Amino acid sequence: MSPIVQISRASLAFGPRTLWSGLDLDVEPGEFLAILGPNGSGKTSLLKVLLGLQPLSAGTWSVRSDRPVGYVPQQRAMQEALTLRGVDLVGLGLDGHRWGTGVRGLRERKRRVAEAIEAVGAGSYAKSPVGRLSGGEQQRLRVAQALVGEPDVLLCDEPLLSLDLAHQRAVSALIDARRRQAGTAVLFVTHELNPILSYVDRVLYLVDGRFRIGEPDDVMTSKTLSELYRTRIEVLRVGGQIHVAGAQIALCEDEPHHLDERVS
Amino acid sequence: MDKFFDFELTGQLLNLDFVQKALLAAAILALVAGLIGPLIVMRRMAFAVHGTSELAFTGAAGALLLGLGIEAGALAGAVIAALLLGLLGGRESDRDSVIGVILSFGLGLGVLFLWFYPGRAANKFGLLIGQAVTVDSTNLSVFAWAAAGVVVVLAVIYRPLLFASVDLAVAKARGVPVATLTVVFTVLVGVTTALGVRTVGSLLVLALLVTPAAAASRVATSPLVVTALSVLFAEIAAVGGIVLSLAPGAPSSAFVTGFAFVIYLGCRLIAFLRDRTGNRAEKDTRPSPREHDTTLVG
Repeated sequence: MSPIVQISRASLAFGPRTLWSGLDLDVEPGEFLAILGPNGSGKTSLLKVLLGLQPLSAGTWSVRSDRPVGYVPQQRAMQEALTLRGVDLVGLGLDGHRWGTGVRGLRERKRRVAEAIEAVGAGSYAKSPVGRLSGGEQQRLRVAQALVGEPDVLLCDEPLLSLDLAHQRAVSALIDARRRQAGTAVLFVTHELNPILSYVDRVLYLVDGRFRIGEPDDVMTSKTLSELYRTRIEVLRVGGQIHVAGAQIALCEDEPHHLDERVS
Repeated sequence: MDKFFDFELTGQLLNLDFVQKALLAAAILALVAGLIGPLIVMRRMAFAVHGTSELAFTGAAGALLLGLGIEAGALAGAVIAALLLGLLGGRESDRDSVIGVILSFGLGLGVLFLWFYPGRAANKFGLLIGQAVTVDSTNLSVFAWAAAGVVVVLAVIYRPLLFASVDLAVAKARGVPVATLTVVFTVLVGVTTALGVRTVGSLLVLALLVTPAAAASRVATSPLVVTALSVLFAEIAAVGGIVLSLAPGAPSSAFVTGFAFVIYLGCRLIAFLRDRTGNRAEKDTRPSPREHDTTLVG
């Protein structure tokens, strides 16, 4: 099988600051790749490169798919008074980028939107104003919005943020089911590996321009993480979960933020 | 006061040709304003619309001075304003101040133009508060063509524009040209504003561009329903306002804005009553909607 996402000898720098360089990454169809690392290590920027929103400083990248890439953005609160329902939000994921009125094919559109909403279990609030839904409810609709276009590549930026444990499991399982059924490649930026550990094929761990790519068992070790962080890190496995202890622990940060994101 | 309810006089006036033209112009304006209004409300552009309409006034005043048609002048002023706002106010943080700066300068310039203008004072005042009954056949055809242009462009860009308005990050990720759409939309707003100068006046264009949509947003959530209600409210305000102003011979814009305001208050009341009964029914069955209101610092 040939890779659907290819990144070779890629580097990304903002002024004097190099986020990462010499990055080679191939992602196969159906593969589940977790992208981990502390804030500012360039996780979100990597997704932006693959969305075509951020040019590389050096190297090349390609996504080989005719269909638009699915994208679950980092959770942010929507305006409470926004006149938009869940069905409208999901519908925009299907054809929001198209010109024209789209009057033809409305029945098919309605069916696909309803299916996507049913699949994430958002049916009971899909007709409510999105601005009045909880963070978890909005996030389920976001996943439906990303999946409704049946993408070959799904990019997720902290999709589990602000979800409680049950919803974290539900959303992760949903994304996993999608890649198993349809062979969608998943690139999943997260600061919390455990909810998705059973699904993850490989991990890309970014720290201060250094990185490791490999299976979770190879990357998530005291030795590898200590090398990446250049300080002593202990990785403990407790009951099928991975816990990282050390001086600057990325996995315990609760407030992800973007250094490079501005609304224009 | 009894003139207000002189339906016989109103009926007679409605048969007059210039009154019918005024009503037709108002109906066309209300259609376009009602269509574009919900997007203005979603994009929080009410102040930008006000700034654009002040520049439409400047353009119209300049045209009056030069002896050109005020439609053309208003159109030029509004489109220049729209482009300036698009170019200078790109960053959300300084958009408001840029509008304030351009608005006040443009208004001052307009006042100067009017001072130079030797003609009738009523024409000058009319630019600010509207003179619906001065619409003639030439204006009307310009009007209709401009309105048709706005509607067609809006139909073509509607979905990506809505996407960019409500969901910027994902729209960008989908390849929607959000910056270009912002400029195109501002120009559409400029054209619509210019259309309003003769009918309701540059000071009061907001009554048709923002108030009906703001009212509709209170009582509906689906973008389609909000747009339909917004058009309906704008038509009631514009046509109803002019018809009511006929018998007393009062300025029509006072009635247009009054109608729009009453509709807005009514919609707020409906929303308030509905929320209260809704909350009572749903109490304790749902968590509070804002438990994760985290502000992400950029």
